[in-house]
Amino acid sequence: MAKFAKKKDGDLPAVSTASLPDIVFMLLFFFMTVTTMKDSSLLVENTLPNATEIKKLEKKDRVIYIYVGKPTQEYQKVFGTEPKIQLNDKFANVDEVGSYILAERAKKPQELQNVLTTALKVDKNANMGLIADIKQQLREVNALKVNYTTYEGNAFNNLQ
Amino acid sequence: MARNNEIPEVNAGSMADIAFLLLIFFLVTATIQTDMGLNRKLPSKEPTPPILVNERNILRIVLNKNDQLMVESEIMGIDELRATAISFLDNGGAAQRAQEPCNYCKGTNDPASSDNPSRAIISLSSDREATYGTYVMVQNELTAAYNTLRNREAQRLFHQDFVEMERQYFDPQTDKAAKKKLMENILAIRELFPMQLSEAETKQIQ
Repeated sequence: MAKFAKKKDGDLPAVSTASLPDIVFMLLFFFMTVTTMKDSSLLVENTLPNATEIKKLEKKDRVIYIYVGKPTQEYQKVFGTEPKIQLNDKFANVDEVGSYILAERAKKPQELQNVLTTALKVDKNANMGLIADIKQQLREVNALKVNYTTYEGNAFNNLQ
Repeated sequence: MARNNEIPEVNAGSMADIAFLLLIFFLVTATIQTDMGLNRKLPSKEPTPPILVNERNILRIVLNKNDQLMVESEIMGIDELRATAISFLDNGGAAQRAQEPCNYCKGTNDPASSDNPSRAIISLSSDREATYGTYVMVQNELTAAYNTLRNREAQRLFHQDFVEMERQYFDPQTDKAAKKKLMENILAIRELFPMQLSEAETKQIQ
């Protein structure tokens, strides 16, 4: 009788968790490959507009970023709600864009200095005056290749 | 003295915790890349001598501070812009004058519109108060107009979409010989419908 007594226990055997690390590592590698490091935290609202006729911006090392938008909630008390330019990790005025581009260009290796693109990540509610001023600054320093960074989507959603 | 010669197994129970920690770290510090957009080339700072362009070869687009669009002195919805731009670019009005005829144009040959795609210029000026979203929308529609026409010609000459040709060219997996061939074809198509988009400096439009 004692032979069968054990089965009466009723407990389920514990599920083996030995493969759990493998699963988690798989997830980890997935995220490591599809994502990139955040290089600067955003101080401005940055809802990009939508567009359909877009091209991918290849080769991240050839890109200089300029963010434009109105300051996020926590900075609105200090900087107001008018759209501002963000260069690296701080707010900047329009006249600083030129020197920023030159500084960033100097940091890149020699052979890339002529093929740099400036990516304008501009909030869709920003006004064109500021963009025009930035473009004027870019022309001053001969950074003529620009990319209006957008999301992929129907452009007519921009109206809302 | 009982001696156990086997090496005791390392407890792997905490491995999951370590991996989770790493995973969460990467989730927090990483962003999924969203770098796509419309490429444009700004005009050089060097002053260029003014070129005399016939008024019929210019499509004037004005975006005002209320995000309304005016094309050739008429208010127009943005949804009509693409078709207007296509008919302007593809007009080929030179057929009427028997000089530089555009033999691939399928437009209406309206003598009051552009002579030839190589001469057609789209001029876009926007008010300082116009929103960027609308501006991108206009740019998108104009790019779409060019792409539609270029696709048509690419299909006719090379049996392939122009957009697809460009995508293949920038694809790192395409080999060198194929790239060279593609570039020739791309340049040929660009020659047929060159993108001539002039952006006057934005100003306060009265």
